[in-house]
Amino acid sequence: MTGQLPVLQVAAPLLCAPLCVLLRSRTVAWLLFLVASLASLTCAALLAVRVDRSGTLRYAMGDWQAPYGIEFVVNGFNTPVLLLVSLSAVVVAVYSRRSVAGELAPRRVPLLYACLCLTLAGLLGLAITGDVFNAFVFLEISSLSTYTLIAMGRRRQALLAAFRYLVIGSVGAVFVLIGIGLAYAVTGTLNMGDLAQRVTGGHDNRSLQAAVVLVFVGLAVKMAVFPLHAWLPAAYAEAPSAVSTFIAATGTKVAIYVFCRFAFTVFGATLVFGAMPVGRIGLLLAALGILLGSAAACFQDDLRYLLAWSSVAQVGYIVAGVSLATTAGVSAAYLHMIMHSVTKAALFATAGLLLLRLGTVRLAALAGVGRRMPWTFAAFVVAGLGLVGVPPTAGFVSKWALVTALVEQGQWLVLAAMLSGSLLAVFYVGRVVEVAWFREPTADAEPAAAPASMVTAIWFLVLLSVSFGFDASLPAHLADAAASALLGNGGG
Amino acid sequence: MIASHYVYWTFFALMLIGLYVVISHGNLLKKLIGLTLFQVGVFLFYIGLGKRDGGSAPIISDGVEVYSHPLPQVLILTAIVVGVATLAVGLALAVRIFEAYGTVEEDEVVERDRADLATGHDGHQAAGRDSGGS
Amino acid sequence: MTAFSLINIVLLAILVATAVTITRLRALYEAAMLAALFSLVTACLFVLLDALDVAFTEAAVGVGISTVLILGVLALTRSREAVTQRRRRLPGVAAVLLVGGTLGYASLDLPAFGAADSPVHSHPLTEVYLHQSQEAVGIPNTVTSVLASYRGLDTLGELVVVFTAGLAVVSLLGPLRRRRPTRPERPRPIADFDLADYRVIRVVSGGLLPFVLLFALYVLFHGEYGPGGGFQAGVIFASGFVLYGLVFGLDRAQRVVPHAALWSLVTLGLLVYIGLGMATMLLGGSFLDYDVLAPGNPATGQHLGILVVETAIGITVASVMTTIFFSFAGRGVSR
Repeated sequence: MTGQLPVLQVAAPLLCAPLCVLLRSRTVAWLLFLVASLASLTCAALLAVRVDRSGTLRYAMGDWQAPYGIEFVVNGFNTPVLLLVSLSAVVVAVYSRRSVAGELAPRRVPLLYACLCLTLAGLLGLAITGDVFNAFVFLEISSLSTYTLIAMGRRRQALLAAFRYLVIGSVGAVFVLIGIGLAYAVTGTLNMGDLAQRVTGGHDNRSLQAAVVLVFVGLAVKMAVFPLHAWLPAAYAEAPSAVSTFIAATGTKVAIYVFCRFAFTVFGATLVFGAMPVGRIGLLLAALGILLGSAAACFQDDLRYLLAWSSVAQVGYIVAGVSLATTAGVSAAYLHMIMHSVTKAALFATAGLLLLRLGTVRLAALAGVGRRMPWTFAAFVVAGLGLVGVPPTAGFVSKWALVTALVEQGQWLVLAAMLSGSLLAVFYVGRVVEVAWFREPTADAEPAAAPASMVTAIWFLVLLSVSFGFDASLPAHLADAAASALLGNGGG
Repeated sequence: MIASHYVYWTFFALMLIGLYVVISHGNLLKKLIGLTLFQVGVFLFYIGLGKRDGGSAPIISDGVEVYSHPLPQVLILTAIVVGVATLAVGLALAVRIFEAYGTVEEDEVVERDRADLATGHDGHQAAGRDSGGS
Repeated sequence: MTAFSLINIVLLAILVATAVTITRLRALYEAAMLAALFSLVTACLFVLLDALDVAFTEAAVGVGISTVLILGVLALTRSREAVTQRRRRLPGVAAVLLVGGTLGYASLDLPAFGAADSPVHSHPLTEVYLHQSQEAVGIPNTVTSVLASYRGLDTLGELVVVFTAGLAVVSLLGPLRRRRPTRPERPRPIADFDLADYRVIRVVSGGLLPFVLLFALYVLFHGEYGPGGGFQAGVIFASGFVLYGLVFGLDRAQRVVPHAALWSLVTLGLLVYIGLGMATMLLGGSFLDYDVLAPGNPATGQHLGILVVETAIGITVASVMTTIFFSFAGRGVSR
């Protein structure tokens, strides 16, 4: 049965989605989502161990050997992503029980869990597939279910946020589709490994260069790279809390992984970073994204918008690492992907808890919150320090790795942008802390009690982030393995 | 070049017309129609890749030697379905936006949100509507 | 050959003209009808490009389902577009120039249209799909064998996307509550225009319905030999119900297929498909490896697998499309 692990990874959440709808009970749907995420975490962990021991795993769907059929490929480059997505799903499953009950009409709850299962399956499939068109299909599964989840937000702004994301996301997906079509036209294949072989030597093929541009522009929409980030703030901030926690932890990260997969193992680094200036453009956009995202975060007066804008900046950090196209850079990017995912999930989860207890997360309404609910807010502060990158938190470890990688390549301007981004982060996190701790409470109404499950989920993330700050050997090992898998032989 | 590529260029032109509508038009329904045009352009491009001069449909039969390629057709069958699914979701969102704001023009919706912000109204949806109609 | 090029050029010209007109029209009903025309011409072009299955699907989806949905939404919202402001034009023009430049650049190295020696046709995939599949799968329509067997996972993904769309529409528009059967029928306003009052429409559509459903079944089971398959069949089946709902009213249509039953069918198709994959795994094969369904006789197994898959697709697509239509139509009734 262990040979079937790669497909079980995706099939488990996929199977749970229709069951959620069929059984129509809130508790059962939640249990199914929990089971789905636990099952995929188990699969991901087992796969990670096997890959670490014996290298690349391939799984041929329907027993049709690649490139005639679709194959799943598990290698060092995607095990961290599989683990990250599944672990986030488990935490969100624990968190969502009470969070969703407090935010949604009961009839919609099973649908929400079904969509969460679908998003999970879509993201995992996107991370594991070794076929470019299949990647497009999984991209659409995860996107379509994400639009639906965002539209379930409690305010009417959620509808426009979802619609805008739908339009720009679909345009991005069609760009990817055109790019895949152009690559197919000049190679005749859709399998990533086969494509990589047929692409070598064709560096001055203009169709191929255009394919690179179109695929990357399409993915940049999903990654929310500046200047294609416009959908992100409202989408994250208006979605139900459990959903924003989940997609903030996973959505853009998986897209960044797909970018790496295409850049290093499909089109090849010599074409993408050698013959074409993707690396330089990536660094430029990353620096601009860091500055703009951080600056915009400073001006927000709603906690969730503030966090969402900070996500735009953090995508910039990761893209900067990838764009260096060095082992150190890519490894640092993976590390930051993991660390930021944990940190930002903790922050969005805390914001969701505050929203549940106070009814609003406008900064003005948060006055004195730190004194009224010290435990909830302490979690926010610790995670916020991680966002800034203060030692000894997870954020420090990964930012340090990024700084080292940038210095190695002499990218001083990007480094300056990164440091000013961190200074701005001190400001916008500090602003929240100032309001919450040093201002007199305005409302005298007692806040609603904090559900234990939500507090557990939040503190689990916070403690995970702190423990990674003290001992980052596990994520560092995963990130190094990923970087060497991507930049080494590729592995198709 | 013209004789061998004019078909592709027309398909690209169709994509661009669709793309323009998606980006520049503010009406949400028009945007979705534009998205459909954009996608159809891509579908035609894929099918064009599989076409072979003098070929026939890839349904194997006696006496036919030359077939067009089945793979692009399979891909586009999938893509058409994905397209109509996206359209349905987009239309459903447009209906809800109309019910919540009274308009399907993006600019007017944004204006109304700004007005909300100025008056301090939260944009909270009425519970009855939110639970999904009758 | 010249006749082919001529038809091609005429169709392409019609397409471009239609597309341009759609962008310029502010009356959205007209734009929707032109979009349907656009799809119809596209379908013709697909036939010329030897893509019969795709043409079939485009006709069913673009002309049928999409148009019905857009018209339904126009009835619920506003059918006139505001004037596009000048400041909105710039980003569109910029994007068109950038993307157009990239595509034009790309076309410089594209193989000539229809060339027999292009990478697409010279890749070993061609040989496998067109010839080896005749022994390995044994189905004349290679589109069906690639769709359901070689790339069965893509098709599963496509079905999941349809399922997600159904979920999304129901979550946005309802009905989420089960209709209570005891609820008295709402008296119909006198001014309400009802198609069932017209005898011609009633008789014709009533007489047409069995044939529509029969045709859907034909398309479903004939997909191995000719153009057709689960998706097209599902859409045709759904259009039968849509026709019934349009003519005889939503209440009667929902009495024929109650909402709960519809939802069970939606999930049923998907569960059958995933279940088939699980079954092949339990029988010792890979996910969706139909060979193991009939040990010793792979072609029979493939036949069986493809038939199950097509049926599963048909069930889910038909019920999702019907659900989506009922959701939009029900929204209109409740207002």
